[in-house]
Amino acid sequence: MSVLLNKDSCVIFQGFTGQHATFHAEEAMKIGTRVTGGVTPGKGGTQHLGLPVFDTVEEAVRETGADVSGIFAPPPFAADAIMEAIDAGIKTIVVIADGIPVQDMVRVERYRLGTDSIIIGPNTPGIITPGVGKVGIMPSHIYTPGRIGIVSRSGTLNYEAVAQMSELGLGQSSSIGIGGDPVNGTDFATVLKAFEDDPDTDAVLMIGEIGGPQEVDAARWAKKNMRKPLICYVAGLSAPPGRRMGHAGAIISSESDTATAKIDTIEALGMFVVRNPADIGATVLRAIKS
Amino acid sequence: MNIHEYQTKDLLKHYGVPVPPGRVVHNDAQAATVAEEIGGSRWVVKAQIHSGGRGKAGGVRIGNSIDEVRVIADEIIGSLLVTHQTGAEGRLVRRVLVEQASTIVREYYVGLIIDRATRRITLVASAEGGVEIEVVAKQTPERIIREIIDPAVGLLDFQCRKVAYKVGLKGALLPQAVKVMKGLYRCMRDNDAIMAEINPLAIVDNGQLLALDAKMSFDDNALYRRPTISELRDFDEEDPKEVEATGHGLNYIALDGDVGCIVNGAGLAMATMDAITLHGGRPANFLDVGGGATPEKVANAFHIVLQDPAVKIILINIFAGINRCDWIATGIIQAMRDQNIQIPIIVRLAGTNVEEGRAILSASKFPFIIASNLNDAAAKAVTEVNNIVNKVVPLKKEHS
Repeated sequence: MSVLLNKDSCVIFQGFTGQHATFHAEEAMKIGTRVTGGVTPGKGGTQHLGLPVFDTVEEAVRETGADVSGIFAPPPFAADAIMEAIDAGIKTIVVIADGIPVQDMVRVERYRLGTDSIIIGPNTPGIITPGVGKVGIMPSHIYTPGRIGIVSRSGTLNYEAVAQMSELGLGQSSSIGIGGDPVNGTDFATVLKAFEDDPDTDAVLMIGEIGGPQEVDAARWAKKNMRKPLICYVAGLSAPPGRRMGHAGAIISSESDTATAKIDTIEALGMFVVRNPADIGATVLRAIKS
Repeated sequence: MNIHEYQTKDLLKHYGVPVPPGRVVHNDAQAATVAEEIGGSRWVVKAQIHSGGRGKAGGVRIGNSIDEVRVIADEIIGSLLVTHQTGAEGRLVRRVLVEQASTIVREYYVGLIIDRATRRITLVASAEGGVEIEVVAKQTPERIIREIIDPAVGLLDFQCRKVAYKVGLKGALLPQAVKVMKGLYRCMRDNDAIMAEINPLAIVDNGQLLALDAKMSFDDNALYRRPTISELRDFDEEDPKEVEATGHGLNYIALDGDVGCIVNGAGLAMATMDAITLHGGRPANFLDVGGGATPEKVANAFHIVLQDPAVKIILINIFAGINRCDWIATGIIQAMRDQNIQIPIIVRLAGTNVEEGRAILSASKFPFIIASNLNDAAAKAVTEVNNIVNKVVPLKKEHS
């Protein structure tokens, strides 16, 4: 899909020379992602993976024309790195860090207001457009080019859905993780709109979980604005109230936060719903055949 | 991370929020001494546990003399308090807060939350104090006043006045209300709290506002930069298995079923629990081994899951992305050997290095039950656990 990561995207990594960024930048380059360099303050002017390293994002954008950044800075430094990318005019900012303080994200979201930047994450596996490239940590070999868009809060559950779809011969246009944090940069509805506008996507799979209003808000948006089929699964049917289930954002704080309440509301809005996580692939197939 | 009421009140006092005179004590003699020191003619003795509903459970009582305070403290300290949040087993009370009792004229609610939809801290207030805000939100949502706070400028005086007027805090109470709201906001912001509430905020008989009960919850991800908050952590209020899991970089939550779960990723872990439930089984826990799980981490996961005596089988569901199935398999073998595990183990592996992982499992002498996908794993787990339950011979009734 052409909105967030396409063949013209020009990618840099922040925290480029660190262990994780190095590994995942190499993986991204192996599948053809157009990586043009990276940023590590203090190491500007050197080379890494055969690419230039810059001290600031501003310089990297000026020298390479980067419009996508994968941020691998650890949680205490991630908010600053995101705001640096926004300041430099990066359009798509992918934030891998799991554990950014939530009030940092409140400030980041305020700083982003009025700019064109889109933040994917934090706490996300990232974005992959099979056949084009990836910015993230997902295992690219499980994805195949196709016409289903996927948007999810969880990483491994995204992989699970992809495996089920692959068994049925269904590939992906793009897969986007919006992350498991309570305050994230991009909500489901924003990604649904991008898929709705994308000529390479026929249907969209939304994988949510307990906590927060995003899944239902997105389904309400879809009912009004989407012509393509939307398939939804919400994890955490058996989760107890008041407990944080791994993800900082996965907590039932009120009745409307439960998986059952969300999936019932989404079904009433006329969307395809999946109640058993083992039926995700089959439901997607049924939706595109209908 | 949650803290006790007395700790919250100590914090709030530093931010100019008025709280009743009082102190925390650990035994009845101290309770009597503190009551005498703070003076007055009536005192309230409050059990300090991390739970709501303490009053209904008998954990908050009034003493009309120093002797009564002593007796009440003696009765509450060391008792098990059963509230709607503690479960039937209750929670041991180790300390009580002794405060001057106040005569309440009117009660209000003032709180701050991080609103996920607006991505901002939001001030929430209501004239319905002393009851849970969730109840007010459900029954009379129009009685809840909200004000969204711009993080660039913080909570402004006029916003506090707007909210105060709407809940009916007028006249001489207005400047006091502004002070309370701003103090609560600064306390939340400066300490990386994710929730702060005063309930009730009461007008007492001398016409002053007083925070009679208060609760704060803090961002675990920000504790690295809040050392004074970290020190307030009370491990006695947490499940020891969950504390051990956190120490090993694992995410564990105890549940009440018998199928132990070891999964990678929070979403897949929840989905695995869901699949077990849909097949008629009951998960014993949520456990996320996270990304980059080493064999040692996997072995630690077994150790934690098996501390729960209700666990009859273990289901392992791994979809390796940055994880490696061969490392996971090595960890499973290590745990089986070192921990002498006798219960059935169902394993589903997928993703990175899955062939190597399966080869390691089948080369071992352990009778793993291998599942091909999520559905198969859940079905096999439930079949196994039902076999075990049905095999248990009921105890013969003794004849008297």
